[in-house]
Amino acid sequence: MHPAYSVILFTTASGAGYGLLALLGLTGASHGSASDFWFGAVSMLVALGLITVGLLSSTFHLGHPERAWRAFSQWRSSWLSREGVLAVATYIPACLFGLLWVLPDSNEILLAILGISTAILAMVTVVCTAMIYASLATIRAWRHWMVVPVYLIFSIATGAVLLFALASVFGRSGIPALGVITIVALLLAGLAKLIYWIGIDNMKPIYTMGDATGLGGDVRQWELPHTSENYIQSEMGYRVARKHARKLRMIVGGCLAAALLLVWAAFSLESDAAPVFAVAAVVLSGIAAVVERWLFFAQARHVVSLFYGEQSV
Amino acid sequence: MTTLPETNRPGQKKLGLVIDLDTCVGCQACAVSCKEWNTQGYSAPLTDLEPYGPDPAGAWLNRIHGYETGDGNNARGLHFPRSCLHCETPACVTVCPTGASYKREEDGIVLVNPDTCIGCKLCSWACPYGAREYDRDDGVMKKCTLCVDRIYNDNLEPQDRLPACVKACPTGARHFGDLADETSHVSQLVKARGGFDLLPQMDYKPVNKYLPPRPRRDTTGGVKAAPMEPVGKGDGSLTERVFSWIDEVLS
Repeated sequence: MHPAYSVILFTTASGAGYGLLALLGLTGASHGSASDFWFGAVSMLVALGLITVGLLSSTFHLGHPERAWRAFSQWRSSWLSREGVLAVATYIPACLFGLLWVLPDSNEILLAILGISTAILAMVTVVCTAMIYASLATIRAWRHWMVVPVYLIFSIATGAVLLFALASVFGRSGIPALGVITIVALLLAGLAKLIYWIGIDNMKPIYTMGDATGLGGDVRQWELPHTSENYIQSEMGYRVARKHARKLRMIVGGCLAAALLLVWAAFSLESDAAPVFAVAAVVLSGIAAVVERWLFFAQARHVVSLFYGEQSV
Repeated sequence: MTTLPETNRPGQKKLGLVIDLDTCVGCQACAVSCKEWNTQGYSAPLTDLEPYGPDPAGAWLNRIHGYETGDGNNARGLHFPRSCLHCETPACVTVCPTGASYKREEDGIVLVNPDTCIGCKLCSWACPYGAREYDRDDGVMKKCTLCVDRIYNDNLEPQDRLPACVKACPTGARHFGDLADETSHVSQLVKARGGFDLLPQMDYKPVNKYLPPRPRRDTTGGVKAAPMEPVGKGDGSLTERVFSWIDEVLS
């Protein structure tokens, strides 16, 4: 599948934003008002900013962005529509939570209700994003059972690194729970992706050119319907990154491992360089997420390629 | 509405095409005729980008592939027209976030409303048959309409109220009709010739059917043609030797 930059930016940026938002919601629910106004305000702005940038970028690849509002209507059948509805719905408790959280001595019960509902809505939105892909029967690599868990854990891991970095910049790099959560989330992200890659590498083809054409048995393509590439080939027959898959997978694993070590260093060394380490971890985990998402598209083969010369998928 | 209408109710039509892979000659007349009608009808414009440039591109609703099957004496080439199959359970409809992609309750035709499509392309991802092509210039998805603007068009003569591709086919390889009606000529054809679905295991339940190529007729009765005499290995007769001598002199 052709990896559209806007979709990669959307799923990674909003994923990190929703992960951060969910963690902030849980922090507020368990610890009450933010310990520092600026820490609270900047964190909320980063989370909502990433989500908003992601959502806006997702409209860039539309043929008619001015009609995007229509996408809120078909939530009964369409995961894309559900995602749109939940994305907007999440803003309501998130903004209320943010306002209450940055103020000192807010009502803890109200804060807990708003924080937990923000966290739940944020995670359900990420599940909807993943389900847009996981619901397509035409792309077997996206039907894999790890697709939804990978989207969730990458959202939480990139969000946790962001929260760790924000805390470090505001002089709170030594919070044990946060350090442990971040390291565990990064580990799980790498593990989940590994399980997914092993899974799709060992997928046996189940559809053949004979099934697609109904001619059965041994079918070969001898003539294309058109002399230059058409939409189906450019959108569904993307091959460029597929051949670099091995190296790109190592980059994802390497970046996640490096981010993990930097978080661990910033967390345990109590050095003045902690914020520098933590911000570097944000950059590395971001690269890992973008490359991982690129591969998610580029390695996915569409059933329609059977009509264009692929023998089996 | 992108939820699917109730199907298989009594009296409900399932309009579709039956394509005969035995008689299709790959002349592209159906594809050209489709393009011509639809660039001025319901799907207008059906844009071509740089049609006379080095790398032409454009949205077409019907594509004719060429495949070959079998080996040796049983090898055969065939032409394979591919367009929307107007499935009974089309995921291209249910994934649409805006309701622009829909299946008509009365006759099962799957259409895109060009005024509400946002051009997200998700429907084309959901289609296993590559039936939908995005029009980059128009910013909306295009697909076969089964010539909805011909088949019910009172301004056309009754014999012209057919999809443009069916009307254009010079070998009668394309048939249009109601596949819900067991007595219709398309249903009869499917029954007589063993019409089949493409990728039935994906459970999209295509309405369009394909008729398989008929088995090859072996008119030689199994006798192999005699091999040709290799050049230069004669029978040693006088004539042969004379020609051989002339050949040597001239070469």
